[in-house]
Amino acid sequence: MATAELEDILERHRRDPLQLLQILIELQARDGWLAPATLGALADALGMPRARVESTASFYSFLHTRPAGEYRILFSDNITDRMLGNQALMQALCDKLWLQPGKVSEDGLVSVATTSCTGMCDQGPALLANGRTVTRLTPERIDEIAHLIRRRVPVGDWPPEWFHVEDNIRCRDVLLDHGLAPGQALAAALERGATSILGEIERSALRGRGGAGFGSDIKWRSCRDAWGDAHYVICNADEGEPGTFKDRVLLASYFDLVVDGMCIAGMAIGANKGFIYLRGEYRYLLDRLETRLAQRREQGLLGRNILGRGFTFDIEIHLGAGAYICGEESALIESLEGKPGKPRIRPPFPVTNGYRGQPTTVNNVETLALAALIAVRGGEWFRAIGTPASTGTKLLSVSGDVARPGIYEFPFGVSVAEVLEAAGARDTQAVTSAGAAGHCLAADEFGRRIAFEDVATGGSIMVFDASRDMFEVARNFAHFFAHESCGFCTPCRVGTAVNARLLDKLAADHGSPYDLDEMAKMHRLMQGASHCGLGNTATIAIDDMLVKFRPAFERRLHSPDYEPAFDLDAALSQARRMTGRDDPGAHLGDNRGALAEERAHAHGRATTAGVQDAPASAEPASAKDLQP
Amino acid sequence: MNDSFLLDGEDIPFTPGQTVMQAAAAAGKYIPHLCWHPDFAAHGSCKLCTVKIGGRFATSCTVRAAAGQEVENRTDELDAKRRTLLQLLFVEGNHFCPSCEKSGDCALQATAYEMGMLTPHFDHFYPDRPVDASHLEVLLEFNRCILCELCVRASRDVDGKNVFALAGRGTRSHLVVNSDTGRLADTDFAATDRAAAVCPVGVILKKRVGFAVPIGQRTYDRQPISASMGANDKAGAGIGEAG
Repeated sequence: MATAELEDILERHRRDPLQLLQILIELQARDGWLAPATLGALADALGMPRARVESTASFYSFLHTRPAGEYRILFSDNITDRMLGNQALMQALCDKLWLQPGKVSEDGLVSVATTSCTGMCDQGPALLANGRTVTRLTPERIDEIAHLIRRRVPVGDWPPEWFHVEDNIRCRDVLLDHGLAPGQALAAALERGATSILGEIERSALRGRGGAGFGSDIKWRSCRDAWGDAHYVICNADEGEPGTFKDRVLLASYFDLVVDGMCIAGMAIGANKGFIYLRGEYRYLLDRLETRLAQRREQGLLGRNILGRGFTFDIEIHLGAGAYICGEESALIESLEGKPGKPRIRPPFPVTNGYRGQPTTVNNVETLALAALIAVRGGEWFRAIGTPASTGTKLLSVSGDVARPGIYEFPFGVSVAEVLEAAGARDTQAVTSAGAAGHCLAADEFGRRIAFEDVATGGSIMVFDASRDMFEVARNFAHFFAHESCGFCTPCRVGTAVNARLLDKLAADHGSPYDLDEMAKMHRLMQGASHCGLGNTATIAIDDMLVKFRPAFERRLHSPDYEPAFDLDAALSQARRMTGRDDPGAHLGDNRGALAEERAHAHGRATTAGVQDAPASAEPASAKDLQP
Repeated sequence: MNDSFLLDGEDIPFTPGQTVMQAAAAAGKYIPHLCWHPDFAAHGSCKLCTVKIGGRFATSCTVRAAAGQEVENRTDELDAKRRTLLQLLFVEGNHFCPSCEKSGDCALQATAYEMGMLTPHFDHFYPDRPVDASHLEVLLEFNRCILCELCVRASRDVDGKNVFALAGRGTRSHLVVNSDTGRLADTDFAATDRAAAVCPVGVILKKRVGFAVPIGQRTYDRQPISASMGANDKAGAGIGEAG
């Protein structure tokens, strides 16, 4: 890269080492990868050790420290994408481009791999082409993509309708039908004043919508009361939970309400600066959001002296780069400071020691939008909606086996059955109530209610009908967590990998009841011993499935006794390939494993390195297709 | 003013601000640990020091001591969890104790003995981690790294050099060296650095002194790790002195 260009990027980021991730994202977008020389030059320019630049660059999935091709195609690999046939589409694209998944083509033109849920479950299968979201993939669209790549047509010149993202709002309540003009909530809040706003938030009994349900008034008050040189508001738009896409819709179509909510939070806690941490998968929204922020500044709704009332508050948008863990608030702050997104030791909590060590409140997108609503309508009004312990409404992202996937706004207390009915679910076998990180409900539990005191959820509702193999759901989740564990603490880093390996062992027809007990053991270890919420929740859904859908796992067991994971015959497969032999004399005893592995190699995939290279990409068909 | 808490039923005094681990160490009580070291800020990543306080799991190197706390430490339940954590660390890397020159001075090995770990139990990962022998005086044997970041902290906070950092994510996390080539020889690292003597396992090894102290006469051959809180640093320093 030309020195002048690097200088320009550095200047725009004030040569601030805390901007490291943002700088790396820009360099990645320009160069397609982060060359060793680029990292070195950056370290010199920012006056930081090269190894630390490397730490950040190598942590995030969307940053490449090795060449990844002019075209980098990442298929969203959530279970809902699989149910819509993403694996066959990925294989088709690879075949057309003469590629192996996870490897760059020999001419350096293109790579094709998988990525964690991109938040398009209501309009999948989806992929990211050089970071840009393509929805509603079909075999025809895959043909055209292969054609465009071979002709070297820039992604920016691909048919614009491919990048269209629908809101798919199916059911509106007080939030999605708010009827407020931009800035109206903010004006009402400025009228009330900070103390009164905190009082209204307290009266509303608003609880955080990310899933944990922490009292918003307590968070705001502790932050306000904490001593610091500056206070910060962070809008957590790192919506990474598989099956969630409600924040995407709020940012796309309700952005003014979210910004009003941030300004109100700023007023309440005494902050003049806010950040929106936007997940890299939603990069397509960035320019639109920046434009709207600029318009608001001109309209006196953001920046200096808002609405002429002497309150100053501005917002900066930071991008993520493919790391689910950054949804955890202290990991998000680390990422905002340009570092790898590893959760901090708590206490101290962000409300006292957050961004730059200063008091910081981190709120979910939906929480902030609701706070804006409360500023206008009052706490009592809000409290009358929902249940006593879970006030207000909840946005649910519903996907999977339903006739109408999309966003549903319901008051808390709605039953799972009512949600299923509204979405047009039929013959439902299971529902995951909080993405990959929450409980999995069986049919006899559909009378339970969506509320913090019953079925707590951040809003990801994935529906599985009777034709689905719950074993494949568990396996998809296990690989997701193994891929997304930050690696900081032992139980989560290694435990998630062990779980993924155990499920792969079952899939390869090497399972025994012992392996199921091992997964239960890993569940008990990781709950409690893990450093953060990721490890503490990574086994909840899998453990539920093991208990409630046991036959789906038992069907996979090869033996009622112990089965070793190491397959001696499979270990000889490399020697067989090298010698071109496959006669009985080249096999040891039972050759199931070897044949399975060789079949996989024939399709150009590794069976044993799945955890590290292309998570869960070694399966030939969707979960539905594998159903016996 | 001294307060106290109960550790496995024994009264442990503490001063305000101390963690459970610090107070236990000061009282000569052993809470199993690998990434904690008395001279450095707590890291809280290995989770070996997980205890139960009032029935809830807590990381004793990061949780503050409080008067009247009832802390469970060496219970069967917790030692069983520690055994599993150790097994996870063993299969994640490539640990061959019989051929490792750190054997007998290694905190991972000694803690495994202390916890009664008899086998690695899990399927080995067999990661590919090339050795860096570029430096004249020190060898980096990455196969044994447990990602405790003690070398990272020592080089940054004591030596002021930032020679080491962790890169990657999840099971692909790995130690990297601060040079364009990625080789230790191309850094300002010196065998006299604190970071050279702080590794609790066999990653950072001084050359030509590996067997100066014969196996059988080493730190944890003489006494179990539980008999000396913070002994892992002494073990490392012992090798350093021999060099």
